[in-house]
Amino acid sequence: MGLRNLVDKMKPTFSKGGKLSFLGSTFDAFETFLFVPNTTTTKGAHIRDCNDMKRTMIVVVMALIPALLFGMYNVGYQVGMTGFEAFWFGFLKVLPLIVVSYVVGLAIEFGFAQSRGHEVNEGFLVSGLLIPMIMPVDVPLWIVALATAFAVVFGKEVFGGTGMNVFNPALLARAFAFFAYTPQMSGEKVWYAAVDGADAVSGATALESLSTSGTLGVHAVGGEPISACDAFLGLIPGSVGETSTLAILIGAAILLFTGIASWRTMLSVFVGGLAFGYLFNLLGVTAYPPYLHLIVGGFAFGAVFMATDPVTSAQTDKGKYIVGFMTGALAVIIRVCNPAYPEGMMLSILFMNALAPLVDYFVVERNMARRNRRIKTVK
Amino acid sequence: MKISTNITGPLGSNNPVIVQILGICSALAVTVKLEPAVVMGLSVIFVTAFANLVMSLLRNGVPSRIRIIVQLVVIATLVILVDQVLRAYVYDVSKQLSVYVGLIITNCIVMGRVEAYALGHKPWESFLDGVGNGLGYAMILVIVAFFRELFGSGTLFGVDVLTRFGYTNNSLMLFPPMALIIVGCIIWVHRSLNKDLQEK
Repeated sequence: MGLRNLVDKMKPTFSKGGKLSFLGSTFDAFETFLFVPNTTTTKGAHIRDCNDMKRTMIVVVMALIPALLFGMYNVGYQVGMTGFEAFWFGFLKVLPLIVVSYVVGLAIEFGFAQSRGHEVNEGFLVSGLLIPMIMPVDVPLWIVALATAFAVVFGKEVFGGTGMNVFNPALLARAFAFFAYTPQMSGEKVWYAAVDGADAVSGATALESLSTSGTLGVHAVGGEPISACDAFLGLIPGSVGETSTLAILIGAAILLFTGIASWRTMLSVFVGGLAFGYLFNLLGVTAYPPYLHLIVGGFAFGAVFMATDPVTSAQTDKGKYIVGFMTGALAVIIRVCNPAYPEGMMLSILFMNALAPLVDYFVVERNMARRNRRIKTVK
Repeated sequence: MKISTNITGPLGSNNPVIVQILGICSALAVTVKLEPAVVMGLSVIFVTAFANLVMSLLRNGVPSRIRIIVQLVVIATLVILVDQVLRAYVYDVSKQLSVYVGLIITNCIVMGRVEAYALGHKPWESFLDGVGNGLGYAMILVIVAFFRELFGSGTLFGVDVLTRFGYTNNSLMLFPPMALIIVGCIIWVHRSLNKDLQEK
């Protein structure tokens, strides 16, 4: 194989003592990206499996693809295009977001890995795609760059890099953009891409109109009311990747089939959201059907791709149920009770990220206490 | 030990905010703009310096059993003095600082220096120690406020600096969490420059 030879030939230059040894981590990253590393674990218990972090991350990226492709189509659809024209229009709008997010994030990631002498981790492969998918389509590119930089540096690298972060980096990027540049990130103007030569379309997201008027609102083009079916399919304004519950469910199926995401977390987020949706209905606070919570805004996207993040979610099985349920419940509570934040999912996942270690701690403590009692009874 | 280290120490390797992590609360609250931060810094310099001086003069006459109460009386008197002066001469800033001037009484730096230094040292040394620690606190306050005002409002001391270049204000800078992150960054830079401060 030509490529293998080429890589082998370049290796001494980048290894210790070589001319470009200061770029060792960078070289290593590309080598393991191209080929399966030929090193084996020597110490401790290990599992023989073809899976490693790169493959795991790639599966998550694949699971994101349906939502991303649909999101691109939807960008065009929202400004009145159909078919391939809509997709191409959306593709050209979304691609720069993805490029900016990857370039900025990977540059920082490589820089940190190089200066610390670590291997470059694959963690950013997923975050880099998640960030553009949870941004409004018309967000200025410099905000994406700044938010990504903030999330990677303060969300991940200061804690020690991939696997050590307390908060989900992609959500941190969105939280940064949301609080720092609120006018550019929410309101009526940002959800529709600007079309050349025509007046910009503006309108509220289905989520916003749900919280203000209790209905899903109307389509900006055509003016017909949005049905629950439209919302499920994703033909509603919103962040790039979050609108189509159907596409997200396809992604969820991939994640669950390959066993990468936890079904416990995913299920309990939905249960928590539904339970509190019904509760608010019973209390008479809201009049619309509770299932609407699950199909508008970022609820489904957050439940499938963000709450299940293996690093920031709970580690114990019982903890996953608890944290998942509370994430869903809190998201609905914020949506219904706090008019300043029509989207509660971001805040609720970040909040539960902070709480997850505590939940784990109590689950483990209880388990220990239970087993101690059992020892006493036997004695 | 040279007396000059009383002043230079707290500015560098023994800074009360970024090394001893004291007085963080007010550092988050008063650093949205430079002007209140500078005024707050000056107030704390005054209080630490004179609390140290007075307590050092009294140190042989105060029984150790009631020393905390005596310290509190001295510090509270100084703080009330500062508060009244601020209200009289810089009313606007005093309003912005609101309760945080009064809360200097509970600032750990003041009490900490009196307990740790003034009770065991001569008046002049104690006075310098107080000035040094106040300066160390004020320095961090000004650095944090500089970044928060520059990037949060695009101004410095209320004078437009960045906005004229089409800068979009970063409103997250106006929230306290960002002050915490900036303090964290200062600690980060400071520790990477002073290797002996790094914990193993």
